[in-house]
Amino acid sequence: MIKVENLHKHFGGFHAVDGATLEIEQGSITGLIGPNGAGKTTLFNVIAGVLTPTSGRVTMAGEDITGLPPHELFHKGLLRTFQIAHEFHSMSCRENLMMVPGDQIGERLWDTWFGRKRIADQERALRAKADEVLEFLTITHLADHKAGQVSGGQKKLLELGRTMMVDAKIVFLDEVGAGVNRTLLNTIGDAIIRLNQDRGYTFVVIEHDMDFIGRLCDPVICMAEGKVLAQGTLDEIKANEQVIEAYLGTGLKNKDMLEA
Amino acid sequence: MEFLNGFVALSNFVLVPAIAYGSQLALGALGVTLIYGILRFSNFAHGDTMAFGAMVTVLVTWAMQSIGISFGPLPTALLALPFGIAGAVLMVLMTDKMVYKFYREKKSKPVILVIVSMGVMFMMNGIVRVIIGPNEQQFRDGERFLIKAREFKNMTGLDEGLAIKSTQAITVVTAAIAVALLFWFLNKTRTGKSMRAYSDNEDLALLSGINPERVVAVTWIIVAALATIAGVLYGLDKSFKPFTYFQLLLPIFASAIVGGLGNPLGAIAGGFVVAFSEVMITYAWKKVLGYWLPDTLEPSGLVQLLSTDYKFAVSFMILIVVLLFRPTGLFKGKAY
Ligand SMILES: Nc1ncnc2c1ncn2[C@@H]1O[C@H](COP(=O)(O)OP(=O)(O)OP(=O)(O)O)[C@@H](O)[C@H]1O
Ligand SMILES: [Mg+2]
Repeated sequence: MIKVENLHKHFGGFHAVDGATLEIEQGSITGLIGPNGAGKTTLFNVIAGVLTPTSGRVTMAGEDITGLPPHELFHKGLLRTFQIAHEFHSMSCRENLMMVPGDQIGERLWDTWFGRKRIADQERALRAKADEVLEFLTITHLADHKAGQVSGGQKKLLELGRTMMVDAKIVFLDEVGAGVNRTLLNTIGDAIIRLNQDRGYTFVVIEHDMDFIGRLCDPVICMAEGKVLAQGTLDEIKANEQVIEAYLGTGLKNKDMLEA
Repeated sequence: MEFLNGFVALSNFVLVPAIAYGSQLALGALGVTLIYGILRFSNFAHGDTMAFGAMVTVLVTWAMQSIGISFGPLPTALLALPFGIAGAVLMVLMTDKMVYKFYREKKSKPVILVIVSMGVMFMMNGIVRVIIGPNEQQFRDGERFLIKAREFKNMTGLDEGLAIKSTQAITVVTAAIAVALLFWFLNKTRTGKSMRAYSDNEDLALLSGINPERVVAVTWIIVAALATIAGVLYGLDKSFKPFTYFQLLLPIFASAIVGGLGNPLGAIAGGFVVAFSEVMITYAWKKVLGYWLPDTLEPSGLVQLLSTDYKFAVSFMILIVVLLFRPTGLFKGKAY
């Protein structure tokens, strides 16, 4: 579905993504793990058109999408969430969700005045959809709260909700689970599985929580220092020498230090 | 009686002029603040956009007057206003395509865009002077006064008269309508909401599929309309002279910053704060105080804090005070 070929993103002399090559299978829930600063978020940013790559190629279903602006990628069905939750702070949570399918008839100046009926119908449908999503995420009570004022975890939920407002093809989730409590994390996991099975979403999930990754993801890709280290099932990844050295090992070492 | 006379004098010389001037500044500041909120730079060409829109309106007004079209007691310029707006819209959209778009695509820093807008300012400034000349132009017609001072005196039996120029009344009414439309648009329509979304969080707006070029175009259209309305109202109330619009840039920016750049409500409040400060500080209070204070305390001087020649200094002082003590403005804007 998505192919990334020898992708580089340099910030000055620093190589945040340094020749990453990987492939995301249609219909999969692919996990993306790696130590802090591995370049996972940067990779997402480049794929989603937020950053332009220094070099390399990204294709989606065979079509070259390298460097396309985010709003065009959105209309091709490529969505993402942000590691640090983004929101339209001056709008309510419901309005935030309702903004999602951008570029609607209501956004044309002419139709604002002369397409009132069609816009009203569209708004009604969007509103119903938004309320459905809010309920699904168990935050119906926040519908009319300003999105800028809800908690960090709740903003994360809103991020996920945004991807549920349209029929996406592929969704990149950047640590949706971080800062969300356990029960809700399970709900989010269920939601991801359901969207994957019922609506055919392909997911790429960045997470540091190995339980979460283990429950959802196959295959798992491990990145470090801007490169792809290994790809395979979580167990294969866990057994991989390089991965242990670069990522999982440090965790173990820290644990040893704490225990000592 | 003394108190009422004082109050009427105050209304006549301070309140009414300041409300009209405040409305004009508010409209101007709204344009600046919208550009800042959405295109993320301070548009120095705004004063000259006002001049350009007003100039087109003046030319169309003259054409209408010459073929005998009139708007009864109201100024013909109001009929010509839509043409002025259309002219200004074309102008800014062309400028955006030819100039700003290039820098937007390069993701240039706001500082660069500010400098670019200065270039645009000089260009527009030149165009306006080439077309209509640098001199003061007269285009006002229709009824001059809504209430004349003498009529008011006869009506109320007071010593002090209150005169309300029809341009002042028109300014306030037109500004109120424009502002109401703008807020309806921003808060209730989908286009307005996508503008707000874009202003709140550009990245997220893009990732939600909002087309940035459309948001930018709509913003320019609204800004050109606001600028033209502000420019024409100011021209009707005072007079049309290209240079005055350049000078207005200072109080307009002061208004936008006082209110908090990027915040439309703030721009309106800021417009009135600046207008009232300017008028009150440059007004000679002798007359009003003469009515209000006991005879023994009656002032002998003019009690004028600053000569009207220095009225722009007021905006400057306000600007400095705000930037020193509350850089985000009265209402929280986007500048930090
Ligand atoms: N805009 C930027 N300018 C300069 N350096 C950047 C920029 N964005 C990211 N980096 C650097 O690139 C490296 C990779 O960052 P990235 O955010 O992709 O890591 P990550 O794998 O998502 O880490 P984490 O797990 O902590 O989220 C980091 O060292 C970061 O400092
Ligand atoms: Mg990250």
